[in-house]
Amino acid sequence: MSAFLTSSRISGAEIAKELAFFAVIALMMSVMILGVETVDRPTGLELAVRWDLVLTAIVSTMIGRLALIMRRENMSRIGQAVLITLAAIAVFEMFVRFRELDDRWAHPVILDMASSSITSVIVALAFIGIIFTIAYFSKKTAVAEADTAPKLGAKIQLAYRSNTKKIGALGIAFFVIFPFLFGENRSAIDLATLVMIYIMLGWGLNIVVGLAGLLDLGYVAFYAVGAYSYALLSQNFDLSFWLCLPLAGIFAASFGIILGFPVLRLRGDYLAIVTLGFGEIIRVILINWYDLTGGPDGISSIERPSFFGFADFSRRVPEGNIGFNELFGLEYSSMHRLIFLYYLILVLALVTSFVTTRLRKLPIGRAWEALREDEIACRSLGINPTNTKLSAFAIGAMFGGFAGAFFATRQGFISPESFTFLESAVILAIVVLGGMGSQIGVVLAAIVMIGFPEMFRELAEYRMLIFGAGMVAIMLWRPRGLLSFRDPTILLNMSTKDKVAGEVK
Amino acid sequence: MDWAYFLQQLINGLTLGAIYGLIAIGYTMVYGIIGMINFAHGEIYMLGAFHSLITFLICQAAGISGILPLTLLLMLVVSMVLTSVYGWGVERIAYRPLRGSFRLAALISAIGMSIFLQNFVQIAQGARVKPMQPLIEGGIVLMESANFDVLLSYMQMIIIVLTFVLMVVFSTLIAKTSLGRAQRACEQDRTMAGLLGVNVDRTISTTFVMGAALAAVAGMMVTLYYGVIDFYIGFLAGVKAFTAAVLGGIGSLPGAMLGGLLIGLIEAFWSGYLTIEYKDVATFGILVLVLIFRPWGLLGKPEVEKV
Repeated sequence: MSAFLTSSRISGAEIAKELAFFAVIALMMSVMILGVETVDRPTGLELAVRWDLVLTAIVSTMIGRLALIMRRENMSRIGQAVLITLAAIAVFEMFVRFRELDDRWAHPVILDMASSSITSVIVALAFIGIIFTIAYFSKKTAVAEADTAPKLGAKIQLAYRSNTKKIGALGIAFFVIFPFLFGENRSAIDLATLVMIYIMLGWGLNIVVGLAGLLDLGYVAFYAVGAYSYALLSQNFDLSFWLCLPLAGIFAASFGIILGFPVLRLRGDYLAIVTLGFGEIIRVILINWYDLTGGPDGISSIERPSFFGFADFSRRVPEGNIGFNELFGLEYSSMHRLIFLYYLILVLALVTSFVTTRLRKLPIGRAWEALREDEIACRSLGINPTNTKLSAFAIGAMFGGFAGAFFATRQGFISPESFTFLESAVILAIVVLGGMGSQIGVVLAAIVMIGFPEMFRELAEYRMLIFGAGMVAIMLWRPRGLLSFRDPTILLNMSTKDKVAGEVK
Repeated sequence: MDWAYFLQQLINGLTLGAIYGLIAIGYTMVYGIIGMINFAHGEIYMLGAFHSLITFLICQAAGISGILPLTLLLMLVVSMVLTSVYGWGVERIAYRPLRGSFRLAALISAIGMSIFLQNFVQIAQGARVKPMQPLIEGGIVLMESANFDVLLSYMQMIIIVLTFVLMVVFSTLIAKTSLGRAQRACEQDRTMAGLLGVNVDRTISTTFVMGAALAAVAGMMVTLYYGVIDFYIGFLAGVKAFTAAVLGGIGSLPGAMLGGLLIGLIEAFWSGYLTIEYKDVATFGILVLVLIFRPWGLLGKPEVEKV
């Protein structure tokens, strides 16, 4: 064992010392929050001790630390992978034990779970296999072995960066034919619509954060403004969705200008906090202005959109209108509306993306990117920073407003609950994880962040926990986002492919 | 004008402000030294509240909760120690690897950490509000008026005095000790401090630990003062404390305390005389006004941007 562990650089005693240190840390972190459960009783709070959770926490920390030490010292790769897998299993066991396990002396639950049926054995083996493979093949191993992985990475990078247009077109094609693939599957269409809303929000925020470099933590405020302006306009003035959609965008954009005007002189972090404050202000107003917004109850039975004003999707078509199925001579199906809504958000999102890519090529877009890189240089060249930032803010807000109006019409019900800070954080995370300024990155990140958690709904309470941990992990792994290479939008005397190839080598 | 009412709001505001001030110090120290918003600091405060609640319950189970001073001391010490370990761990896991990297990355990782800790406590301790019986009751009647008596409760006295003592201790720590000197050096120029033999990593870790310890005190005081906590208290308190830090001038310790007191007073008077629903709007409104007209805060120094 000692020969297996020691290397020329670190002695067994040192390893033992480090492990003991981290064991103490794990003990201190877990002893109360994990180790003691506060149970509500009619007489007050009572305690229940969960020493086994503390034990698993300490064991998993120590195994994980040992693996990190081995990685740091470039020791046996298989050993590392085994230890990481063991640590992952221990963490898993810990989280399983949280749930309604009263017998603290019970055997490891994971053994029962894994051996209960053939599928569970396969699932467990797959889980172990995946973690082992990731641990074994992840980077930062011995120097001698380092050349294979990055080479593959470079090839992928080159392929991606020189074919972005094709990849984009493929993606669009996939999303267009998606309803034909899953047309009868209601939950698939719902999930795709949800992901698409976040893609659109991500693209909208990308203008503000990715292009103009303004950190906006209150983007959800514009989403809320759009949603509420559609809901209120349609309920109080009986306007149709198609009229309200542009109005919602205009309202959101004007809010962007009103809010942006005083604060856009601020530097990065301050701007972030002020926009966060604005997001909260809007939410507090929505909750408390009961006469207008219905307060915490929200607004319900919001009108659904018609087929461009020609036809209606409901089963009982109102007098004087024609049903969508009659117009096209189809059987009535409740899926028609959902698929229509899906295509609607797809078009809205593509418009957002199209406008963004176009704007990037216009002077205003160039000014945004220049401003992101160096504000002082921009000032010296005669760009007005306030107006430039304000335009980015307003255009970003406008797309947020469109998405909000769509959200209101799809849900049929809105309340301040849907517009919390967490939403802003999720949208910002999508932009940053995707790689700032990258359009395809946003799509990828939205699928990862929204699609996966939605698919694992049964994990319910662990969903946000994993979400938070995932955010940290992705940032540690790729601080600049999944797909971010900061390609300039214009190159002199060189094609993108040459440049990329030169850079990757 | 009803002076009794005014005085009561003043006392309530000062108490609340002392709590905000303690949390704000954590923000201001971390921002001063590594220039980032420690978004998870609000959750650290929440963890402090939970640690003190659980310590109290353990004391109760062990039958020593009758000896009040001992129980309070144990709550204070245990929650400070255990919460600082969380402060240390957060820095170690989520911020240190990203130091020197792209600034937004650290912020996103901080937001992720905050979501993680919130949900971790929700899972481990349940989503319900945790009640706690009042430990310290009674107070001094300062003034008697027709409508009601102005009461300065013993709890409020403890909060204000303890905050004051901690402020003095920490200011001395930063002004006089070698640790404080190292911190101030890192704040000015991390590379240079490192070249001159300051252990930069350790100094930054210590800063996080100190901030977390103060947040734990704030958490304990909130547990005792309001008697209810849940896993979500960290977010709003964190944002308000950050507002306080900005208001006072970020990077300045007395500024954080002053900002905290001002925010507490504004909140108390706003809910006392205007509407209680819009007190958060008032806080954020003030933050916006300060940032527009005096972005360097009340006690901070304006920063000159150089090329």
